[in-house]
Amino acid sequence: MHTPGRCFISIFEDEVHHTISSSKLFFPGEKVAIGASGGKDSTVLASVLKTLNERHNYGLDLVLLSIDEGIKGYRDDSLETVKWNAIQYEMPLKVVGYDELYGWTMDQVVETIGKKGNCTYCGVFRRQALDRGAKMLGIKHVVTGHNADDVAETILMNLLRGDLARLSRSTSIVTGDATSDVKRSKPLKYSYEKEIVLYAYHKKLDYFSTECIYSPEAFRGSARSLIKNLERVRPTAILDIVRSGEDMARLVPVNTAKSCACKGDVAPAVVAAEEDGLGGCGSSNGRSSGNEMAAMEKQLRQNEAAEGLEVDVSKQMLPQAQRDKENVKTLPIRGVSANPKILGKQTLGNCERCGYMSSQAICQACMLLEGLNKNRPQIQI
Amino acid sequence: MVTATENAQLRVVVEFSGGLEMLFSDQKRHVISIPTTDENGKPVTVAYLIEYLCKNVMKDSRKELFVLDSQIRPGILVLINDADWELEGEEKYAIQNGDNILFVSTLHGG
Repeated sequence: MHTPGRCFISIFEDEVHHTISSSKLFFPGEKVAIGASGGKDSTVLASVLKTLNERHNYGLDLVLLSIDEGIKGYRDDSLETVKWNAIQYEMPLKVVGYDELYGWTMDQVVETIGKKGNCTYCGVFRRQALDRGAKMLGIKHVVTGHNADDVAETILMNLLRGDLARLSRSTSIVTGDATSDVKRSKPLKYSYEKEIVLYAYHKKLDYFSTECIYSPEAFRGSARSLIKNLERVRPTAILDIVRSGEDMARLVPVNTAKSCACKGDVAPAVVAAEEDGLGGCGSSNGRSSGNEMAAMEKQLRQNEAAEGLEVDVSKQMLPQAQRDKENVKTLPIRGVSANPKILGKQTLGNCERCGYMSSQAICQACMLLEGLNKNRPQIQI
Repeated sequence: MVTATENAQLRVVVEFSGGLEMLFSDQKRHVISIPTTDENGKPVTVAYLIEYLCKNVMKDSRKELFVLDSQIRPGILVLINDADWELEGEEKYAIQNGDNILFVSTLHGG
């Protein structure tokens, strides 16, 4: 009786095809690894890419790439979903474990450092793990299931932080370029999360929907809630934020944009990759950002308490001319003080320990490992 | 005759997925019977059903993961007989016997 499902499926697929073809994401014969967590986004991504690859003759060689963080009762269950996907979609599956890459599972990390802050470890490790897994397979392109809600959330976070340089990179559908080892892209960048869930429902896709056992608090109070509330009032708000982010990215002053690119061609990719990976739990950046947002709110409250509102209020009351003058004075200062902090360290090289590309002498993962390994003997005794 | 109408029940299939089932005894499919009319004698709506679910079916104490400010939590999709409830009048939709109502959370991992 109802056909909305069939109609919806074909519209959704056409939209993703439009995104892929208009941004020339792939070339024929390209080997592409799908970052697969077993969750809704990556499951839908795998299904859509398989469908479109066959329908429109993309000529892609698709592989599923999964990261096993080593979380019992969570990742081992979701990996079962990925294994089932691999069979259904007839795609090879590669699983890369934190234990083989780093000598630590997330269970062991949490045993050592506790639950607080463990998402940072997980995020840093995962970013490298996807790249390393792709390299093991000889693949130079990893696609992830980030959807429009994820991108809108990142844009809002960067906007709230005043981080224009990162804002401009976070809007881009492809991060990394020919000179970087592995490029990343987000074919579902313009797909609402709601559409993804509906697509999975109508196509009866099996996906894993349990929250990571180590980040239960991230379920509430985040930029995510803000976005979901906006969506309720105005459903297009999400894509509007994405479009606004793209437009703002174009307006970012050339010197700001340049200051990352001129330090080496690969720098923007690295920074953007960090954006993808940092703290990202369950492969969606929504969860980590919840904590970040809460931390920022706390900081804002503290700032407010410390400084009081007088300065702002008096500025408001200044005559227009004087305000303009002040703006002219303050903006460059802000630019100078903020930008080097973000971009100054981005001189690309390789980690002295593991050889992974890094803007520091020792990459973030090796820094974290050093701390962990120092603690290991105490724990095991 | 009057008592028969008062006792009349609607049979509704309620399903939870996307992680919401954890709030409902880890059970995805519930077949429930609800009265045809509410306390004011009006035909029951989805709003009535949601309240009914909170009161009678949900075992978990974290009601705010399902209902927030007396509305379905933003980020939860509702399908009435496979159609987005936005097309059916949302909470105001009058429930029919045999309806299938699905709640899907979009908030869980990617």
